Amino acid sequence: MASQEILREEPSRGSFINDPRIRSLFFQTLVVILLFSSIWWIVHNVIENLQRLHIASGFGFLKSRAGFDISDTPIAYTSDSTYFRALVVGLLNTIIIAVAGIVLATVVGFLIGIGRLSQNWLIRKICTIYVEVFRNIPPLLVIFFWYSGVLAVLPPPRESIHLPLGSFLNQRGFYLPRAVWGDGSWLIGVALLLAIAMAWFVAHRARQRQRATGQQFPVFWTSVALIIGLPMLAFLLGGMPLTFDFPKQSTFNLTGGFWIKPEFLSLLLALSFYTAAFIAEIVRAGIRGVSKGQTEAAAALGLRSAPILRLVVIPQAMRIVIPPLTSQYLNLTKNSSLAIAIGYPDLTATAGTVLNQTGQAVEGVFIMMIAYLVLSLVTSFVMNIVNARMALVER
Amino acid sequence: MKHIAIGILGAAALGFMASAASAGTLDTVKQKGFLQCGVSTGLAGFSAPDDKGDWKGIDADFCRAVAAAVFGDASKVKFTPLSAKERFTALQSGEIDLLSRNTTWTSNRDSALGLDFVGVTYYDGQGFMINAKKLPGVNSALQLSGAAVCVQSGTTTELNLADYFKKNKMEYNPVVFEKLEEVNAAYDAGRCDAYTTDQSGLYGIRLTLSSPADHVVLPEIISKEPLGPAVRQGDDQWAHIARWTYFALLNAEEAGITQANVEEMKTSTDPNIQRLLGTEPDGKYGADLGLSNDWVVNIVKAVGNYGEMFERNVGSGSPLKIARGINALWTKGGLQYGPPIR
Repeated sequence: MASQEILREEPSRGSFINDPRIRSLFFQTLVVILLFSSIWWIVHNVIENLQRLHIASGFGFLKSRAGFDISDTPIAYTSDSTYFRALVVGLLNTIIIAVAGIVLATVVGFLIGIGRLSQNWLIRKICTIYVEVFRNIPPLLVIFFWYSGVLAVLPPPRESIHLPLGSFLNQRGFYLPRAVWGDGSWLIGVALLLAIAMAWFVAHRARQRQRATGQQFPVFWTSVALIIGLPMLAFLLGGMPLTFDFPKQSTFNLTGGFWIKPEFLSLLLALSFYTAAFIAEIVRAGIRGVSKGQTEAAAALGLRSAPILRLVVIPQAMRIVIPPLTSQYLNLTKNSSLAIAIGYPDLTATAGTVLNQTGQAVEGVFIMMIAYLVLSLVTSFVMNIVNARMALVER
Repeated sequence: MKHIAIGILGAAALGFMASAASAGTLDTVKQKGFLQCGVSTGLAGFSAPDDKGDWKGIDADFCRAVAAAVFGDASKVKFTPLSAKERFTALQSGEIDLLSRNTTWTSNRDSALGLDFVGVTYYDGQGFMINAKKLPGVNSALQLSGAAVCVQSGTTTELNLADYFKKNKMEYNPVVFEKLEEVNAAYDAGRCDAYTTDQSGLYGIRLTLSSPADHVVLPEIISKEPLGPAVRQGDDQWAHIARWTYFALLNAEEAGITQANVEEMKTSTDPNIQRLLGTEPDGKYGADLGLSNDWVVNIVKAVGNYGEMFERNVGSGSPLKIARGINALWTKGGLQYGPPIR
């Protein structure tokens, strides 16, 4: 505003061509017109050309029968389902791999990042080597490394490796016993929710008490006892309503139990180990970014090293860490489209199949772009909320 | 990732190159001096590069036949290897002039995808291959309930597979890859119990496995797979050239014209052979198509007749040793029938 007021006081230059306000208005209008007309031109051209080349267009195909099967289906899906449902299955698979990958990458990344600042020479060097190796290899190669290099050399189904607790490992994947909950198991869920609520309440009261009296309360151990103890109690009271479905050998493969396929496993390991290398560097930078004076001041107040890290260093480091962390989460989500190379049915793979079975490339690519855009915007939105909560609050 | 790139390219091409496809394909091809032909990424017997990098196979030879018809020179062809997913977009967008890539002719592809199929260069059917050493008791596809089945995505094979298991109330676990080499590698590594694709393909793929003798092709044929070349819809002249190149190959075999005797056949007085080889006085069957009158001579000189093409690539002259079967000429009890050139 200030600059405009100054401009307004300037004497007229004689012609409206020289008037900066009119000129800027003119050029802005011109850019808007150019932008919209080129969008219109592209859309118009695509429609016209599709018609001229006799290619069916529109989104009506989404309601047709898909006819193909998908190997991982988080929701009910058969070849009789629609193309739309096939795309939803693909989207859910992308979300599953993205969420699982983000959680694992964050855990590994933080451990490695803190490890790089360790006093221990060996830990520090191992973490450095990890970062340098994984950061400098394209993610596709890491995926192939896990898929062809590690998982494919496991024994065939009939010679599966027996692992403890009735689980098996072979080249078709990782088989775990599946928990089958019986009658009355809802009580355990209720007990768990109740325990979480109580733990939150205890933490809240403990904070109030500490602020008022300075007395501390072992919040962590109380919460652990509540969250494990209450559901256990409900489990025993309910008459232990839990059985396990163990994987069994059948003609071709193991059946029953909970089956994690090698495609998912290798994609998850590859994406999270790759992204973890970047997260480790972000964490290291964040911790290094907290000035040394803060640590020294905390030590001068008599805090020991663990509380210093927890109460002084990490809250300040998080402010530096979160914005670049968001970018890494977005990268991981988008890199999950490399799933296509090893046949994990994520959004790109299913949309690609739909695109090919229907031949409607423009619509298929459009759906994929919108889906990834929405996923990325949601991730950014969530991370922005986290960032706002971590921001410096002046009291 | 590549198919997305092509998809976007296709969308962009459709958006920006408004006039590229509207000029006749024949003129465009003549102007650039070569035929751009879409083939598979490597399927023995149909289109696969040999150790010198030359494309071999029925589909590759069909490209050469069209190039010979247009230019009188079979070497004026460039090959674009395409995955199953990329093939239609590549043709729609004008990246290739002819798709000759073991592609099944279906009504949907003919009507809604902007393609025109020109004929059936190979009558095929879908089958299954298993590792008999690992699965000794299995000798029918009906015993495959519960099996993991390797299949290439975006194919009619993928759809037939789903239909077949549904019809027979069997369960299976699809293991789907985009590229043929990825499916082959996964099957060879033991990721799946069975491999399904067109039977001709199974015989070809078996040769590339680490121990071909362990694998058997099961007897069941679960679908009709008429494989043939396709062109863009809406260019009748170009479709006619591709279609009649195929018919010329069949007619040459029927008339007994081979790569070896085509020159001496030119002196034949048989009116049928004269019409075919363009030696009939005042005949202009080639010119009507937009080609030279000796177009069939050029085709047969370059790749031989249909029978020679078959035997050389998939039949007795090849490691595949597939019998002519239903791909024999109609005069020998098969389905291959070329309408007359007159």
